Amino acid sequence: MQKSIVPSSATRTGVWTGIGAIIMSFAAYTSAMVVRQGSSPDWLHFTLPPILYWNSLILVVSSGVLELARTRVGGPFDRLGYANALSVEHLRERLFWLRVTIALGFVFLAGQYLAWRSLSARGVFVATSPSSSFFYLLTAVHAFHLIGGLGALVYALRCLHTDDGPRAVQVLGAVALYWHFMAVLWAYLLVVLAMWV
Amino acid sequence: MDTVSASLTEHPPVAAHHLVEPEGFIRKYVFSLDHKVIGKQYLGLGLVAVLTGMVLSWIMRYHLAFPDKPVPLIGLIAPTFAAGGIITPEFYLQLMTMHGTIMVFFVLTTAPFAGFGNFILPLQVGAEDMAFPRFNMMSFWVTFVAFLVLVAAFFVPDGPPLSGWTAYAPLSAVGKSAGPGQGIGQTLWVISIAIFCIGQLLGSLNFIATTLDLRTKGMTLARLPYSTWAWFITSIIGLIAFAVLLPACVLLLLDRVAGTSFFIPAGLVVSDALQPHSGGSPLLWQHLFWFFGHPEVYIAIVPGFGIVSTILPAICRKPHLGPRVLIACQLAIAGLSYMVWGHHMFLSGMSPMSATLFSVPTLIITIPAAIITLLWLGTIYGSKLRLTTAGLFCLGFVSVFVTGGLSGFFLSQPSIDTYLHGTYFVVSHFHFVMGVAAMFGIFAGTYFWFPKMFGRMMNEALGKWHFALTFLGVYATFMPMHWLGLEGNVRRYSSFPADYMHGSLVLHRFITFAALFLGAAQLIFLVNLLWSRLRGPVAPDNPWESTSLEWSTTSPPPFDNFGGVHPVVSHGPNEYGVAGPRGDYIMQSDPPLVAPAVS
Amino acid sequence: MGKLFAAAVTVIALVSAGVFISHTWWLPPDLSALGIRIDDQIFETMIFTGTLFVAAQLALAAFVLQSSGRTSEIKLFPGGPMPMVALATVIVGLEVLSLVFVGTKVWSQIFLAPAEANAIHIDVQAGQFAFYFRYPGPDGKFGVPHPEKIDEGNSNFFGLDPKNDTAARDDIVSASLVVPVNQPILLTMHSKDVGHSLFIPEMRLQQDFVPGLIIPVHFTATGLTKTEIVCTQLCGLGHYNMRAYLQVLSKEDYAKWLTDQAGQ
Repeated sequence: MQKSIVPSSATRTGVWTGIGAIIMSFAAYTSAMVVRQGSSPDWLHFTLPPILYWNSLILVVSSGVLELARTRVGGPFDRLGYANALSVEHLRERLFWLRVTIALGFVFLAGQYLAWRSLSARGVFVATSPSSSFFYLLTAVHAFHLIGGLGALVYALRCLHTDDGPRAVQVLGAVALYWHFMAVLWAYLLVVLAMWV
Repeated sequence: MDTVSASLTEHPPVAAHHLVEPEGFIRKYVFSLDHKVIGKQYLGLGLVAVLTGMVLSWIMRYHLAFPDKPVPLIGLIAPTFAAGGIITPEFYLQLMTMHGTIMVFFVLTTAPFAGFGNFILPLQVGAEDMAFPRFNMMSFWVTFVAFLVLVAAFFVPDGPPLSGWTAYAPLSAVGKSAGPGQGIGQTLWVISIAIFCIGQLLGSLNFIATTLDLRTKGMTLARLPYSTWAWFITSIIGLIAFAVLLPACVLLLLDRVAGTSFFIPAGLVVSDALQPHSGGSPLLWQHLFWFFGHPEVYIAIVPGFGIVSTILPAICRKPHLGPRVLIACQLAIAGLSYMVWGHHMFLSGMSPMSATLFSVPTLIITIPAAIITLLWLGTIYGSKLRLTTAGLFCLGFVSVFVTGGLSGFFLSQPSIDTYLHGTYFVVSHFHFVMGVAAMFGIFAGTYFWFPKMFGRMMNEALGKWHFALTFLGVYATFMPMHWLGLEGNVRRYSSFPADYMHGSLVLHRFITFAALFLGAAQLIFLVNLLWSRLRGPVAPDNPWESTSLEWSTTSPPPFDNFGGVHPVVSHGPNEYGVAGPRGDYIMQSDPPLVAPAVS
Repeated sequence: MGKLFAAAVTVIALVSAGVFISHTWWLPPDLSALGIRIDDQIFETMIFTGTLFVAAQLALAAFVLQSSGRTSEIKLFPGGPMPMVALATVIVGLEVLSLVFVGTKVWSQIFLAPAEANAIHIDVQAGQFAFYFRYPGPDGKFGVPHPEKIDEGNSNFFGLDPKNDTAARDDIVSASLVVPVNQPILLTMHSKDVGHSLFIPEMRLQQDFVPGLIIPVHFTATGLTKTEIVCTQLCGLGHYNMRAYLQVLSKEDYAKWLTDQAGQ
C-alpha cells in the first residue's frame, strides 16, 4: 500500500514557520545582547573586520543569482517560479546558476572564517569581552543556519535533476525563500554588529 | 492568496511524498515515517519517562517523611550516590532536578502534544500523514537522543545536576565548584535540553503545516475538532517558546565551557575561589528561561483542554457549549501566556514596577480559563452522561484544574507572593495543574484513543478503579501542600531538621503515604495497558460514537489512514444530540443532511 | 459511578475548605508593620477563591449527579455560552480589579517606597550556606568589602580590609540579625556566590539575593521574638540548612547588644 502527501503550499508554510522560529531565536539573542550591555560597563567596542562587508555582498549576489535561476530562466517571469516546461538547454542553465549560488554560499562561509581569523589575530576571542562573545556567537549561529540552507539548495538541485516537474519547482521556491531570508537575517545582524559591537 | 490559488489550478498541487508501506521491523517500527508509529513512539517515551520521574519522587517523598531512615532498595540501585540507602542533601536535590526535568520536558511536553497529536491530528484533518514525515521521524529521534543525554547524567562520576529544572545561574553556570553534579552533569543537562528544543521545533513545524495545508475537502478551520485546535495552538506556542530556550541553553553552555560571562557577574567567590567571570546578569537567564517557561506550562495543559473538549461532548451526547468562545479563549490564553513570565520573578530583584506589569495579565488570564471551565460545566449540565473511564478523567480534569488554577490566584499577586514564593504552596499549585490536570488529560486521551491506536478496548472496570484511586490519591497528596505552604514550609529542602519546621513532619508523612498509594494505583493502569494491548476485546471503528474523522476509519487505521478514500467533510465536530441516521450524532464525514434535523 | 464521583468531589471540597477555614495549618503570627496588609490580601483572596472552589466543585458534582445515566432529552444550558462569559468576566474581573488595586498599594509600600530616614542600615551577605549580617559600628560607616579578601577561616566573611580601611575597623559582623523593636530596618543584600533568598515568615518578608546586585529591602518588627530567617532560593546542597536567627529585642537590650558587639 502507499500513500501520498499532497502538500500544495505546505512546503512554503513549513519554511515560513521555520523562519518564524529563527527570527524568534535571534530576537532572544538580540535582547540578551542589549541586556548584557546594560548590565555591566565591561563592553569593549571593536571594529568589525572589513572582509565582513565584502562577504555580505557575496551573500546578496548569491540571492540575486538564485532568483535568476528560479524565475528568469526559460520563460516569462512567474512569481512562484512555475515557469513553463523547460527545454533541456534551459534546465541545464537553471542547474548551472543554482550551482553558482551554492558555490557563493561556500565562499561566504569561507569569508566568515577569515573574519574570525582576522579577529583572533588581533587578540579578540570568544571570552575577551561580551561584545566579542556576541560577535562570534551571532556569526556562528547564522553560519550554522546557512549550512542548513546549503543543504536545502543541494536537495533542490537533486530534485531538479531527477524530475524537473512542478514538484521540483515548488521545492526550489521554498528553498529560495529560506535562502533569501538568510541574506535578510545577515543584513540585520550586520547592522546590529556594526552598531553595537 | 488568489494569485497563488490561480496558479495552483494551472499547476495542480503535486504529491510531495509517496510513502510506500515499509517491510521489515526497523522501517516499520523503529525508523518509521508513519505519523501513527511516531505518535506511539512518543507515548512510549512519555511512559518510560513518567515511570522514571515517579520513582524519583517516591525516593524524595520517603526521605522527606523519614529523614533519618535509609530508603529501601536505593542503596542497591545507586551505590555511589546513596550508599546504604542514605539520601544525602545533594542526592535529594539531584533527584529533584531530574524529577522536574524529566516530568516537564519528557512527559508533559511529549505525550499530550507530540504523542497523541502525532497519531490523531492527521486523522482528524483527513490527511494521509503529517506534512513532513522525515522531519517528523527526526523530531522523535532527536527527542529520544535528548532523553538519553539527560539520563546519562545519572552515570557520570558526580551525578546529575542539583540546580533544579530551572537551572538558575550562577549556580548552573560556574561549574563544578558550585556543588556535586554541577560539572559534567549540568553540562549534559544543558546539552540535552538544547537537543530537546530542536526536536520540539521540528514537531511544531509539522503540526502547523499539516493543520493549515493538509486538511481534506470540506474541513474548514471552523470545522476542526477541538483537540486539533488545541494541538495547533500548542504548536504555535511551542515554536516561539522553544526558539527562545535554545538560545538560552547556548548562552549557558558558553558560560560553562567557553569562559564567557553572559550570566555570571564579577566578584563571585565560590568554594573559596574567586571566579574569573565578570559582568554577566543572573536575571538575564531568568528572563530568557521564564519567557520560555511560562508558555511551556500552557504547552503542557492546552492539549488537555483539547482532549477534554473532544471527549466531553461524546460522553455527554450533547454539543460542547460555546465552541467558538472555547477557541477564542484558548487563543487568548496562548497570547497572554507570553506576557506573564515575570510572575516567576516577583522577588528576583527585577524592578518592582515590572511586578505590577506582570501581575495584571497573570490575573486576567484567569478569565478565559474560567470561561473554559464554565463551558465544560455547561456542557455537562443536562447531558446524558456516559461515565466511561475517559469521561471520568475529563470530569476529574475539571475538578483538579479548578483547584490548581485557583491557587494561582494567590501567587499572581506580588504582595502575597512575598510570603508564598518558594514555599510548598507553589509546589501544590504547579502539581495540581501540571502533575495532575495535564496527567488526567493524558489518561483521558489514552482511554479514549487506545481502541483507535491498537484496535482493542481497554478494560473499563480496571479503568474505573484506576480513576477512583488516582482521584483520591492526587487530592490526598497535593492538597495538604497548600497548608504546608501557608505555614511557611520552604520547598526544595532535602529535609527538615529537628529544630526547624519539624512540626510539619506529620503532614509530610501523610503526603508521602498518599503519594506512595497514588503510585501503587498506577499499577492498575499499567496492567490494563499491557493486558488490553495483548488480549483486549477487538475494538469497533467508533466505540464511543464520536464525530471526528479518526472514528470514520478502522481501528487501527490502515497505512494511508482512510483506505485510499479521501474523506469529504460536511459537518462540524459538535453534532451531538442531533437526530440523524446514526441515532443521536452525525459524523463529520457523513453526507449533508437533506431534511432539517429534528431536535 | 456518577453518584460516587459526585460524593467524592463534594467531600473533598468541603473537607479541604474546612481545613483552610479552621486555620489548623496557617501563617505564623505577623510581627511586622506592613504584614497586616499582606495578611488582609491573603484573607480576601482566600474568601474569593474558597467560595469559587466550593461552588465550582459542588456544581460539578451536582451536574454529574443530575446527568449520570440520564435518559431524557438533553438540556442545553440556558442562554448558551454568553452567561458563562459574562459570569466569568464580571466576577473574576471585578475581583481582579480589586486585588490589583489594593495589592499594588501594599506592594509599593514594601518594595517601591524607600526606607524611612531613621532606618538602621544593616548589610547582609548570603553565601553557600550561611547568612552574615554587618553593622556599621560606632563610626556609622561601612567598610568596603573585597571579594578577593574573603577568608572564612579567619572569620573575614565580608572581605574587609581593616588594616587599610578605617571605616572597616569597627564593623560588627554577626551570624544573627539582631534588631530593635518598632524601628525601621534597611537591609542591603548581596550574594557572595550564587543566588540565595531571605525569607522571614513572621515579618512577611522575602527577597532574593542576586549575585552582582545590591538589593535594598526594609521592614519594621513590631513584636519581640526570636525566629528564623531561611534561604528560599536553591543554592546547593546546604540549602536546606541555610538559616539564621532574627532576634527582635527591646530598644535597651538592642543597645546593650550593640555595645557588647562593639567591644569585641
